[in-house]
Amino acid sequence: MEISSDPASPLLEVRGISKSFGAVRALQEVDFTLRAGEIHALLGENGAGKSTLIKVVTGVFARDAGIVRISGEEVAPRSAKAALGAGIATVYQEVNLLPNLSVAQNLFLDRQPMRFGIVREGEMRRRAKALLADFGLDIDVAAPLGNYSVAIQHVTAIARAMDLSARVLILDEPTASLDRHEVEILFGIMRKLAGRGIGIVFVSHFLDQVYEISDRITVLRNGRLVGERETASLPRLELIRMMLGRELAETTSARASATEHEAREICASFEGYGKAGYVAPFNLELRHGEVVGLAGLLGSGRTETARLVFGAERADRGQAKVGGAPVRLQTPRDGVRHGFGYCPEERKTDGIVAELSVRENIVLALQAKRGLHRPLSRREQDEIARRYVKMLDIRPPDPERPVGLLSGGNQQKVLLARWLATSPRLLVLDEPTRGIDVGAHAEIIRLIRELCDDGLSLLVISSELDEIVTYSDRVVVLRDRAHVEELAGGAIDVGNILAAIAADGAATAHEGRA
Amino acid sequence: MIALLPRRGLAQILALIVILAVDRVVSPQFFDLRLQDGRLFGSLIDVLNRGTPVALLSLGMVLVIATRGIDLSVGAVMAICGAIAASLADSHGLPVVLAAALGAGLVCGLWNGFLVAVLGMQPIVATLILMVAGRGIAQLITEGRIVTFSSPDLVWLGNGSVLGLPVPVVIALGMLILTGAVVRGSALGLLIEATGGNARASELAGVGTRAMILAVYVWCGVCAALAGVIAAADIMGADANNAGLWLELDAILAVVIGGTSLFGGRFSLVLAVLGALIIQTMNTGILLSGYPPEFNLLVKAVVVLAVLLLQSPKFSGLAGIAARLRRTKA
Repeated sequence: MEISSDPASPLLEVRGISKSFGAVRALQEVDFTLRAGEIHALLGENGAGKSTLIKVVTGVFARDAGIVRISGEEVAPRSAKAALGAGIATVYQEVNLLPNLSVAQNLFLDRQPMRFGIVREGEMRRRAKALLADFGLDIDVAAPLGNYSVAIQHVTAIARAMDLSARVLILDEPTASLDRHEVEILFGIMRKLAGRGIGIVFVSHFLDQVYEISDRITVLRNGRLVGERETASLPRLELIRMMLGRELAETTSARASATEHEAREICASFEGYGKAGYVAPFNLELRHGEVVGLAGLLGSGRTETARLVFGAERADRGQAKVGGAPVRLQTPRDGVRHGFGYCPEERKTDGIVAELSVRENIVLALQAKRGLHRPLSRREQDEIARRYVKMLDIRPPDPERPVGLLSGGNQQKVLLARWLATSPRLLVLDEPTRGIDVGAHAEIIRLIRELCDDGLSLLVISSELDEIVTYSDRVVVLRDRAHVEELAGGAIDVGNILAAIAADGAATAHEGRA
Repeated sequence: MIALLPRRGLAQILALIVILAVDRVVSPQFFDLRLQDGRLFGSLIDVLNRGTPVALLSLGMVLVIATRGIDLSVGAVMAICGAIAASLADSHGLPVVLAAALGAGLVCGLWNGFLVAVLGMQPIVATLILMVAGRGIAQLITEGRIVTFSSPDLVWLGNGSVLGLPVPVVIALGMLILTGAVVRGSALGLLIEATGGNARASELAGVGTRAMILAVYVWCGVCAALAGVIAAADIMGADANNAGLWLELDAILAVVIGGTSLFGGRFSLVLAVLGALIIQTMNTGILLSGYPPEFNLLVKAVVVLAVLLLQSPKFSGLAGIAARLRRTKA
């Protein structure tokens, strides 16, 4: 798989690319250069033109102007398949594979080894196994791809692309739903591929990861090229300034002391709450005006805890209380009735109704809570939608736009609005900032704090420990589907959380409250 | 939404106008109306009258399809309820006959809804059961015969007139208004569209998606029952083998012509009924033209294709393509 090319001549050269959609100029004379063996981060806020640039390069969109060269040779792919033929492979955030087919079938889709017109399953599995072994993966390739974690699905997609002899690999937000360990595996693979001379374009919102893995950074803003820099010589503040074109407000935490929070009224409590094979019984108290963070690796039971608390999953033991009174939480309707709200991790599949308008999405939970016979009039709906579009700065500020056309950050705000409209007492937010650009990210965190100051109780899951430390009053750490540690006040820092996550089972079996 | 409505219905209205114009060419008297014994007669009235069963079916079907379901059993339910009505017509009064027939439709709908909403069966399979079994049930009710009746009340339901319009047309109009009032006057419409658009997300937002699904199948059963009663009243008898045969397909077609996606979500009652009228206008036109009825199916296919092409974004001009690209980008 070694690639012999002149190191001086770039592997992928994009020059003067422009692309408009109607009156919207998505890209204006953008240049981009990828050298062989380089990991090149492509950064910018949502709407900066990253996706458009990738889609123009890979032939999904036709370009209005400009040229694309691969190893000095001009190419003009008209489809993703043609782009692959030219040596450009793309792995998107939502992996474009078929979850119901086996891993092996996905790897050899469209090119299964055949004999007499019959697919040679054994041969295919053997080759699939060998291919994945090259990426350090030893899994049952006959099992459906959907059974595996997103990380493995990503690696499968990359392996497929590499086996199709791609020279340019574009990874669009590959780490968005991976935990730390999985990110390490992916980075290992990326370094290995770069070592073989593959050029990798890395699109990500995680600046830490960008600094960890990339050699070079190209920043886009509003469809224009801002600049290309060596990662090593670009200070983080300078990078953020390039991306946002403005100074970021300070984002340090100023949470009140723990003792003050002990005095706050209890909003909801869970005693010995759990479900066999789902998450071990836990005790959890949620107070008004308090943010409780749930930290842990993917699969540690964070989302499971959130779903139990909201009522999306039925507990088979323990007691839930709201305002001191025992309650039954068996369905989301129960949760909604008790004033709970839940913004799930998977916005597209579990959150928004893409086809319906921003207005309809916002009023959905409130309407469900009020019941069929008390419909919100159109005027009331307009009023509510207008209020939250303004309050949360949802863009574009058009309540009648189908929500599926909004960016990820704005969809998240619509979901927040949906629950805020129900005047909840407890909001459960599962990865509220995932896949959201830097600007919206800071806004969501600001919102979390404001809501908390208004007396709302929040339970927030995040993979970003810095973020959790910033807004949490208490942090519950999970490991292997059990709550293993609770940190409060001054004890909340990234180091302590990491220590609790990494600690050996027996050492932290006690429920500690520092 | 309101601003979009005229644009949404444009393809259907255009199609109807074109078909009406063609009908006028093949049959110069097509638009003629005359008043006789206090009742209007003419091809247009005929279209409305003959279109009633499918229009009624499409009223239920459009709601089912909006939840991302489908009901294949409506033709069989028509046969069952027609058979019940015919069997009771000469021995009981109209209220009892109607209550029994509509009650049976409601039970059929409950059965379908139970299979889909509670047991989680795929709608196409779940309703296939009653599609097959229903015709058998209807034959058991009629004991394999064609049951005829002469109850003037029930006959009036199929052949009478109110304010110059045939009773079936008035009933269908009433059902359209009633369904519209219930669905759009309450939150049902929004919650059905949300359920069809994304059932998981709606469930998590606190929407009782199972109740929604159950309700639309029940309503579909009731609409089918009414269509069955009217079909029986029309011919003054119940034929378990042929009543409502294949009409489920016409109803689905009407809904699709009306622009409601089989993937659920947004729906329009008015456009679904318009779809039923488009189908009937074609049928009547071909009948009047004197072409052999076999021709009917072919012409129907061509017209359906044309309407669907008109609705297809790729065929609605450059503006449509640009809009699609913007969407893809977002």
